[in-house]
Amino acid sequence: MVAEHAVWVYGEARDGRLTPSTRELISRAATLGSATVVLLGVRAEEAAENAGRHGTTAALVDPNPAYDQHLTTPAVEALCYLIRERRPHVLMFGASYHGRDVASRLAARLDCGIIANATEIERSGEDYRVTAPWGERTIATCELTFPGVRLVLFRSKAFSAEEKPSRCEVEEFQAPLSAEAKAVRIVETAEEESGGPSLSDAGVVVSGGRGLGDAESFRKVEELAQLLGGAVGASRGAVDAGWRPAADLVGQSGTTVKPSVYIACGISGAVQHMTGMKNAKVIVAINRDPDAPIFRSADLGIIGDVNKILPQLIEEVRRRKEW
Amino acid sequence: MRIVVCVKQVPDPSAVIYDIDKDTKRLVREGVPLALDPGDEVSLEQALRLSEATPDSTITVVSMGPEKATEAIRRALAMGAHEGVLVSDSQIAGSDALSTAKVLAAAISRGPYDIVYCASESSDGYTGMVPGMLAELLGLPLLSFVRHVEVQDGRITANRVIERGYQVIESSLPAVVSIWTGSDRARLPGLKGVMSAKRKPLEVLNLEELGLDPATVGESGARERVLELTDVEQRAAGIIVPDDGTGAARIADLLQKTGAV
Ligand SMILES: Cc1cc2nc3c(=O)[nH]c(=O)nc-3n(C[C@H](O)[C@H](O)[C@H](O)COP(=O)(O)OP(=O)(O)OC[C@H]3O[C@@H](n4cnc5c(N)ncnc54)[C@H](O)[C@@H]3O)c2cc1C
Ligand SMILES: Cc1cc2nc3c(=O)[nH]c(=O)nc-3n(C[C@H](O)[C@H](O)[C@H](O)COP(=O)(O)OP(=O)(O)OC[C@H]3O[C@@H](n4cnc5c(N)ncnc54)[C@H](O)[C@@H]3O)c2cc1C
Repeated sequence: MVAEHAVWVYGEARDGRLTPSTRELISRAATLGSATVVLLGVRAEEAAENAGRHGTTAALVDPNPAYDQHLTTPAVEALCYLIRERRPHVLMFGASYHGRDVASRLAARLDCGIIANATEIERSGEDYRVTAPWGERTIATCELTFPGVRLVLFRSKAFSAEEKPSRCEVEEFQAPLSAEAKAVRIVETAEEESGGPSLSDAGVVVSGGRGLGDAESFRKVEELAQLLGGAVGASRGAVDAGWRPAADLVGQSGTTVKPSVYIACGISGAVQHMTGMKNAKVIVAINRDPDAPIFRSADLGIIGDVNKILPQLIEEVRRRKEW
Repeated sequence: MRIVVCVKQVPDPSAVIYDIDKDTKRLVREGVPLALDPGDEVSLEQALRLSEATPDSTITVVSMGPEKATEAIRRALAMGAHEGVLVSDSQIAGSDALSTAKVLAAAISRGPYDIVYCASESSDGYTGMVPGMLAELLGLPLLSFVRHVEVQDGRITANRVIERGYQVIESSLPAVVSIWTGSDRARLPGLKGVMSAKRKPLEVLNLEELGLDPATVGESGARERVLELTDVEQRAAGIIVPDDGTGAARIADLLQKTGAV
């Protein structure tokens, strides 16, 4: 018999609801040991209420508004405080921008190192093995060697969120925060509410790149996405050109998507883009260059002018939907 | 303004498919074209603009890597940085992100500075862990995933990318800033820049000169161990066809088959 381990997840929430990535991580944590989610900031208690739906047995909650007013360091201090008091075996992070900041700073503060970009974690005796894609053709299985808590940062979509109702004990705590924790003040947060599904959850993603030529042509990408009930994505070429906000970026620096269908319009398929979408079930690409790297990963590739094909495709889809 | 920019030499991402050497368990960096990381070029671009707008500014580029990385530093100097520091030592090989941050922190701490730039992640290892670790080791605030900054009266204000929009954040200086790699385009070095880069100071230091214990960095300092490397399953080849007028219909067929329509 191996003793049950304390597997923690650093939870993130928006408007009192757990983010998809947090739900994925706690689902996996619950299969590894007794899963605890740490939630910080205003409305953290509200978010904690839903944690039990995915098999979490405990939520540690500090509703201090300082976590929402200052970047990164308050969360690092809170986690440090909890880890020293309670000594969890594993602490899992999601690779959101905030998650990456907190995880890296914490790894340096604890001097313990971290495995980044992970896609799987498994118990191995008293320890853990973590897998992460390394380079484009290799997957590495790694372990952490420094005594103490294992910090692992997961790519989004590494796991799926499972419904597994359990009793979740919500415990409130108050982390002592230093003055230095408040070094970076958040002055303003501006978020765009898109009408359709969010990029990271959508079943269909239609993405456009520099090959579309101008902002006007990008409207066709938006139109097709709407027609298919999907989300709009963009390559850096399109974000650089100012056709779409940075929040729509798909790839290494942006969002990882795993839809059933990904349609790439006028995107070359640079590795940094592919990192964020290559696990889509079906990949369709339209590009006029037969040698575009995107075709190496496409299930269906049409070599041609995107500005000609896209309007035809919209018509075709519209017609078939009316049937 | 004393500006430091952390830059890394990487296998040229536009020319190389990243491969791992199964014996050394490290990224293949020999016999492939190398480049100054394009993400770091973008953060250097931002540093150059800040320095141009602020009288009496100097930009020092700091890098950790093999001797050959002086080429990447020369490129940064050609773009307009003023001086370079390379930390190079055989015992550095195999460093993890934390050891890398320790080396960079030691190199940066040798002189005074107001602002330290990084890219939000590198092109080769892309752990994205170094900027946060560096800020922690230097005891400084980190303004992360930033698109641009403004500096005034010893304070820095930045526009930060978040999942669905942006944030405005601010702190005092000195601070570490990580530039979101999708932020901008970098200038190309001109001929004059290339010529003058040859005369700009470039210092190469080893661990002893930095006062770092070799046991804390490199393979021996790494807190992660690779147990096994396996090949990624490749996607089956798809159907790639020129558009003969039926391209749109073909896509629609597939969308129907997958249930998307
Ligand atoms: C550190 C780092 C991180 C990065 N992170 C990301 C990331 O997260 N996401 C990302 O997307 N990129 C990222 N990039 C940038 C990436 O390397 C590419 O530069 C970018 O993806 C290119 O965007 P694009 O495909 O739109 O443009 P391009 O590469 O310019 O491609 C345009 C494509 O459109 C085709 N085309 C042109 N006209 C037409 C037409 N009329 N019809 C059909 N096809 C046409 C061309 O053949 C070409 O293939 C990153 C880069 C770095 C260095
Ligand atoms: C495929 C792969 C996976 C890896 N996984 C892990 C892991 O899970 N955990 C881990 O600890 N290490 C890991 N490493 C090792 C790690 O990549 C190296 O330690 C590297 O030296 C620093 O990390 P990075 O390139 O990921 O930096 P990032 O944090 O992605 O780099 C961000 C920025 O920090 C600065 N910077 C980074 N390195 C240097 C440098 N040498 N000189 C100057 N500035 C620099 C640059 O401004 C850079 O743009 C991995 C390496 C590879 C090749």
